[in-house]
Amino acid sequence: MTNPTLAARRSPLDAPPRPEPAAPRPYHFPRFERRTLDNGMRLLVAPVHKLPVVSVVAVVDAGATCDPQGREGLAQLAAHALTEGTTSLDAVALAQRVERLGASLDAGADWDGALVSLTTLTRHVDEAFALFADVLTRPVFPEREIERLKAERIAELMHLATEPRGLADEAFARAVYAPDSRYAHPEGGSRTSVPALTRDDVAAFHAARYRPSATTLVVAGDITLDAAEALARRTLGDWTGEAAPRAAADDRAAATERRTHLVAKADAQQSELRVGHVGVPRSHPDYFPLVVMNAILGGLFNSRVNLNLRERHGYTYGAHSGFDWRVQAGPFVVASAVQSESTAAAAREVLSEIDRIRTEPVAPEELSLATSYLDGVFPIRYETTAAIAGALANLTLYGLPDDYFDAYRGRIRAVTAADVQRVAAEHLHPDRLQLLVAGDPEALRAPLEALEFGPLLLTEPEEG
Amino acid sequence: MRIPIETYTLANGLRVVLSEDRTAPIVAVNLWYHVGSANERAGRTGFAHLFEHMLFQGSANVGANEHFELVQRAGGTLNGSTWLDRTNYYETVPSNQLAIALWLEADRMARLLPAMTQQKLDTQRDVVKNERRWSVDNQPYGTWWEKLPALCFPPEHPFHHSLIGSFEDLDAASLEDVAGFFATYYVPDNAVLTVAGDFEPAEAKRLIDELFAPIPRGGPRPPLPPMTLPPTFGGERREIVPDDVVLSRIFLAFRIPPFGTDGHYAASVAAAILGLRQGSRLYRALVRERQVASEVSAFTYDLAKGSDLLVLDAVARPETELAALEAALVAEVDRLVADGPTADEMARAMALVESGFVLGLQSAGDRADQLSRFTTYFGAPELVNVQVERYRAVTAEAVHAFARERMGEDNRAFLIYVPKEGSDERRAASVESAVANVGAEG
Repeated sequence: MTNPTLAARRSPLDAPPRPEPAAPRPYHFPRFERRTLDNGMRLLVAPVHKLPVVSVVAVVDAGATCDPQGREGLAQLAAHALTEGTTSLDAVALAQRVERLGASLDAGADWDGALVSLTTLTRHVDEAFALFADVLTRPVFPEREIERLKAERIAELMHLATEPRGLADEAFARAVYAPDSRYAHPEGGSRTSVPALTRDDVAAFHAARYRPSATTLVVAGDITLDAAEALARRTLGDWTGEAAPRAAADDRAAATERRTHLVAKADAQQSELRVGHVGVPRSHPDYFPLVVMNAILGGLFNSRVNLNLRERHGYTYGAHSGFDWRVQAGPFVVASAVQSESTAAAAREVLSEIDRIRTEPVAPEELSLATSYLDGVFPIRYETTAAIAGALANLTLYGLPDDYFDAYRGRIRAVTAADVQRVAAEHLHPDRLQLLVAGDPEALRAPLEALEFGPLLLTEPEEG
Repeated sequence: MRIPIETYTLANGLRVVLSEDRTAPIVAVNLWYHVGSANERAGRTGFAHLFEHMLFQGSANVGANEHFELVQRAGGTLNGSTWLDRTNYYETVPSNQLAIALWLEADRMARLLPAMTQQKLDTQRDVVKNERRWSVDNQPYGTWWEKLPALCFPPEHPFHHSLIGSFEDLDAASLEDVAGFFATYYVPDNAVLTVAGDFEPAEAKRLIDELFAPIPRGGPRPPLPPMTLPPTFGGERREIVPDDVVLSRIFLAFRIPPFGTDGHYAASVAAAILGLRQGSRLYRALVRERQVASEVSAFTYDLAKGSDLLVLDAVARPETELAALEAALVAEVDRLVADGPTADEMARAMALVESGFVLGLQSAGDRADQLSRFTTYFGAPELVNVQVERYRAVTAEAVHAFARERMGEDNRAFLIYVPKEGSDERRAASVESAVANVGAEG
């Protein structure tokens, strides 16, 4: 395969042989300990003294799956509004105080939890943590700021309506989940639900959900267990109240048969392609083989889907697959952006890769690439205090055992080719796949119809 | 915090930087080539970036896509990126895998061309065209990446033209271009190799010597055209772009001193005062108080030659008239020009800059990238250790002087996106319903 003409441009050198790895040095995920305050708030502390930095995350059971029907977006609005002022500081003063310390204090909500995060230099931890505790427990939710946040969310939704990726993701969620499932609607709420949210809704949501019994405080970085506990006790020890009970999220599918969805984006040169269906919950016992299977299918750069669509056919800048891990079943999706004229061909390749991983055994080199990558990259994922705190937050959100991180690499290495094929056959469902394309309807309609992939539905962007 | 640094140069001109940190069994390998889109010749825009893709297509002893495979198989992460004035490649691997990361970088620096084929070039050309569609053409505001430099640098200037290139120029790229670009720029004396993290220095040096020392030095490289420009634009510039967007957006750029100079540090502090985080002036005034913008930010391109740009970016709220957004934005700039920053603002900016710098050095890969950056641009990796002091030395007077000199009416370039005709009706309808909906429950 060498090219003699080009090779002559520089005299070829003898290459030293490809090196073998040295013996690995041991790595352990940082030790952490648990404590519980008298008010029921749980504490997870991982002392890591590499740099003078401390990261803190409060994980509160106040995620988007707590949103009442018709009030989608409430959890995210409440989380964002936490930093808009407290009983002692208005929003501007609060931002100034935090930033004068060089700290960052952010609040947001994903599907399964609200996360309030602080990162600060160690020398400012007392003062920064006091502000953090104030935001978590004593927000005032000024009417004017709530209305501004709502207006900004509406602006974001209007922008997303012109953005092909956002448009495709939002329409895909609606194609996959039953209309009354929370998962069918955007995490941050839609143009129908957001305008209806009120300051009273936000205050009531905070009062019902932001409670010590529903909160785990994660601290990672340059601090001791005792110092972290003393800090939590001093600033959050008086916080009281039980969180209101709530039902589990509804993850029912919209359809049990194949359908094709075409979202019109006139004149788009490129189509956003999504293929998938409802996946499995994070706590599923097949989690490890599924992670390995997905790496081979579409998780890695050298995955089947990316090599096929990008390197073999040049259809795309990139293609990947993934399970969106949530407490209840999040979606499984293969996603890519492809030229209009190649869209149907690319979809056909994706469908054939899904069939292939279910039916053909994976080659030993493919399996070992996935497992050695996931095993080896593990320490690299946890280089920063914020990443360690994030990992411990996930432990809490998904109820994983305390030895999860210590066992992780062994469990990845234990996955076999037979496991991969079994979980692909069990958890990928070609007969239920939803094929969604956001792009130019003129160019796409006929080739998509020619695929004969279930009924073709024209999907409008969500109205509101 | 001081990062340990050892640096030396091989006989072939390759500059090597080593920085040990044994806290975790992780090591980063980082290679900067001092070439970017500025070095492209006429009719070949986008070539430096297309070439970055070709560097992952294999070399004499590495198959196509095998570079990715070998690093990931080793448990590592990797990528590369191209900028106006440099291209970088990087891997972070478990420390026992240092040798394979260095071997891969050496094989492509020494022996790329024997593996090049027309088919690989054609495929990567398609991939890059799709990257262009994805990141530029099919994105609302996506063209700002090429329109803003084109507005701010004169046509003959190396920073004027598109980094990702045009379809026409990408089509024109040949295998001969690949060979010529490689022989000219991908040579040891135009590169910096940094190793940061958990490694044994003697072993790292032995490997680097074995793998990189035999690679011959390059020939003369064509000089870049003169890059020095007058300190200001000499008047206001303005380009209005009708686009498939519903929210208007303003990019306001100022010509500023290049990265690494005292003037650039003052500019960075001015940017933090104006647009970094919620305590900044623009956030307070435009987002919170006047509510004319939904997002604001400020950034610099960090170009180390000739001159750099400081850019303010503001996205309008749906109901906001463009003129009101522009007036509010300009008012804040004018106020900084007239009065300079307050002591409080200086303290806030310094604290954020300092902690941001410390936090940005937590990972081995980020440390390696910074060391390569300062070595490539200034031949001095130890500049990493004086960054915080350089920022601390910036006074309120220096920021005020910078604002007076560089943020006046003679140095403003406005790139403005507005909803294009035909989307007006849709926009008007959605604005009306959005505003009515928000107001209804308020």
